[in-house]
Amino acid sequence: MRFFEDLKIGQRRELGSFTFTAEAIKKFARQFDPQRFHLDEEEGRKSLFGGLAASGWHIGSACMKLLVTDGQRQAKEAAARGETVATWGPSPGFRELRWIKPVLAGDTISFASEIESLRASEKRPEWGILQARNTGTNQRGELVFSFLSTAFVPRRDGGARGD
Amino acid sequence: MMLTFEDFPPGHFGTFGPRHVTREELLAFAEEFDPQPMHLDEEAAKRSMLKGLAGSGWHLCSIMMRMMFDGYIGRTASLGSPGVNDLRWLSPLRPGDDLTLDIDVVEARVSRSRPTTGIVTFKATVRNAAGEVLCEMVSPIIVQRREGVASERAG
Repeated sequence: MRFFEDLKIGQRRELGSFTFTAEAIKKFARQFDPQRFHLDEEEGRKSLFGGLAASGWHIGSACMKLLVTDGQRQAKEAAARGETVATWGPSPGFRELRWIKPVLAGDTISFASEIESLRASEKRPEWGILQARNTGTNQRGELVFSFLSTAFVPRRDGGARGD
Repeated sequence: MMLTFEDFPPGHFGTFGPRHVTREELLAFAEEFDPQPMHLDEEAAKRSMLKGLAGSGWHLCSIMMRMMFDGYIGRTASLGSPGVNDLRWLSPLRPGDDLTLDIDVVEARVSRSRPTTGIVTFKATVRNAAGEVLCEMVSPIIVQRREGVASERAG
């Protein structure tokens, strides 16, 4: 993972893709979101979704999975170059999450993350605050999912600047 | 009798739970969807901003969804949600937490594009047994109006 100083507004990372099988959609739904259109093909067809649809929280969790995997990939690359690896902090939340189009059984969603803003944390000088627009696009190129996430990113010098 | 748009006037709607959260389920979710050390490893979590093992925020959201389903969504003529306006993770989710969910209706309006439905915007607040707020969410759902359910049955 990179430090706050290495990040720039507009930087975009392709995070990889996730295929929502009928089996995975139903497994997640049984545990967390057992609404009929997430559990049964016929009920899905009759609903606004038009087919067996993944829970929105499943889509968000899959995006998180790929964000973490991408971070681990970057950390590995940085370590291989002999650089200090930054450990990112937790997220205080997100805004503007949109489930734009249904994600149906068999869909493969490609996720990406693009930096929208960067600022220093007033309360925690060793941290910067990043906002990134994370998006999911299906195999037909349609935008299906988007949210604006916030995360704490460590400053390279621990924020203890002498100047 | 399914709950319809008319059953969600602005104001406090209800309190749901408690829902007990185990260490095993926190680790299982983190392994599958959010394998960051602060969600998986006790020692790494102690050194993190969360100061101890904490569940993934997406797990907390998913548990909140289940609490909403068990509390009222499961008996509501809901057509799904277009998204989440705002979500804040305010305190860490810990192993052993007993969660309660408070639901307030902040806005309820008839849909212009689909007048047999309404849009109900909820504020959901999840607290632990000590009363600390772990998560706040503002999110709309689309709910059928009573006449919409009636006409569907007639059709």
